[in-house]
Amino acid sequence: MLDIRNAVKVFEKGTPIEHTALNNLNLHLEPGEFVTVIGSNGAGKSTLFNAVCGTFLLNRGRIFLDGQDITYLPEHVRARTIGRVFQDPMKGTAPHMTIEENLSLAHSRSTARALSFAPAKKEIALFRDRLSEFRMGLEDRMKTKVGLLSGGQRQAVTLLMCTIVPPKLLLLDEHTAALDPATAEQVMDITKKTVEAYRLTTMMITHNISQALSTGTRTVMMDEGEILFDMSGEEREKTTVDDLMRMYSTSRKKELDNDRMLLKKE
Amino acid sequence: MKLLIDSIQLGLLYGVMALGIYISFRILAVPDLTTEGSFAFGLSVSAAVTSLGHPVLALPAAMAAGAAAGAVTGFLQTRWKIHPILSGIITMSGLYSVNLSVLGGSPNLTLVRANTVFKLIPFLSKNDAKTVLPIFFALLCLGLIILFFRTHIGMCIRAVGDNEDMVRASSIHTGACKIIAFCVSNGLIALSGALIAQYQGYADISSSTGILVVGLASVIIGEAVFGRRSVTVGFISAVVGSLIYRYIIALATRYSPLPAHMLRLVSAVIVALALALPAFREHLGTARLRKGGTDDA
Repeated sequence: MLDIRNAVKVFEKGTPIEHTALNNLNLHLEPGEFVTVIGSNGAGKSTLFNAVCGTFLLNRGRIFLDGQDITYLPEHVRARTIGRVFQDPMKGTAPHMTIEENLSLAHSRSTARALSFAPAKKEIALFRDRLSEFRMGLEDRMKTKVGLLSGGQRQAVTLLMCTIVPPKLLLLDEHTAALDPATAEQVMDITKKTVEAYRLTTMMITHNISQALSTGTRTVMMDEGEILFDMSGEEREKTTVDDLMRMYSTSRKKELDNDRMLLKKE
Repeated sequence: MKLLIDSIQLGLLYGVMALGIYISFRILAVPDLTTEGSFAFGLSVSAAVTSLGHPVLALPAAMAAGAAAGAVTGFLQTRWKIHPILSGIITMSGLYSVNLSVLGGSPNLTLVRANTVFKLIPFLSKNDAKTVLPIFFALLCLGLIILFFRTHIGMCIRAVGDNEDMVRASSIHTGACKIIAFCVSNGLIALSGALIAQYQGYADISSSTGILVVGLASVIIGEAVFGRRSVTVGFISAVVGSLIYRYIIALATRYSPLPAHMLRLVSAVIVALALALPAFREHLGTARLRKGGTDDA
């Protein structure tokens, strides 16, 4: 579904603080794969997501999505087929607009007609239906401004916005990291169900290694703009958090360092 | 009574402008200085076309002119990435020359002999028309603009002002949304100028100086009455704010010792104080805390 070939991204090129964030990275995702991405600080995880979304262009390399070359497509065009949830719950929604207006905005990528009234009645029924699946009571608060919701509720709305028209690729950038543990679990649960129900091709950055190993179908560890390990299936099932740490230290000759990484087993 | 009727007439005509200002100032959250130029642009185009004998055509012509000015500002801002305030200033400065040329090189033009829309209505005297037409135009614009902001494109524009990143991530072209918003906003502002020119029977370029502050004052006064609620209420409150503003100004010119040329200063002070209110409140709160009180209040 997603095919990244020889991706290179260098920041501040030609200055003393030149920094290679993606170093000839290759990654291929099959349709329906759910890949968790881990890595130390500055490993290039978010850079990878930004490159796929078109926040900036690559210095070298190509990106294909569903066979289409999207390397030079502008961000808002890619957004038609790529959904993204950020860590910051403020980022994905418009705070002064109601839940149904936010959802309608996202839903419009399939139906957009500039001068039709929005949100349309048909849409609202659909939103209510989908929101009720979350069991957060949001379906009864459709006319509430999103700014009044809690972080977890906002992330749930954002997730629905990204998936109301099933995207070809769903990118989750530590989307539960800013939430309290109970809410994080709730949002994670919703995420898993949604991904499963629509068989979404998904990449999720997480700082929780045991979650990375237990969620999805494949785990990728990034370091210095490259992919260090890539495991799936039986190999992944047998791997523990400790194994991963050891593999990292032997191959990089240094300790895995991420000030937010959760190394303990739960 | 005359005072009240005059301020209703002017308040409604300037209310059309307040609608435009509400779009840029509250919905896009960018104070748009193009206003100063596009109001005069509407004024000039309307006067020029009216003096050629087409007072009705003058109105859509002025709107188109204003929309074009808005498009330029929007383009500078979104495509050439010039700072929002500067983009407005650039367009406004350029328009000064354009407006002078539209008026044939002179800063003013009289329409005393020309037929204006206010003289055209059958069964209505010119004086009655001066009340009926402003009501008609204000309600028409208010209704259309409220409907417009309930459509998909209107919702996109609101979202751009609220959270631009999110809109981009929803596959909507934020630049296009902004340009459309500036077109609509400045089209309304120019229409207001066009009506004012025909209402007064003359066009004077300098009458647009400081007009942005007048519009902001209307929006802020309206919000003081209605509170900040939905966009629909916001538009209504902008027009009501314009009515109140005009009445205050009319009273002030009549009874206060201040000469008429001090009006803009008064408006500027009103706007500055209204915008400073949150800061005043915060300061008061800190002062109370320092004195050992609580911030329950």
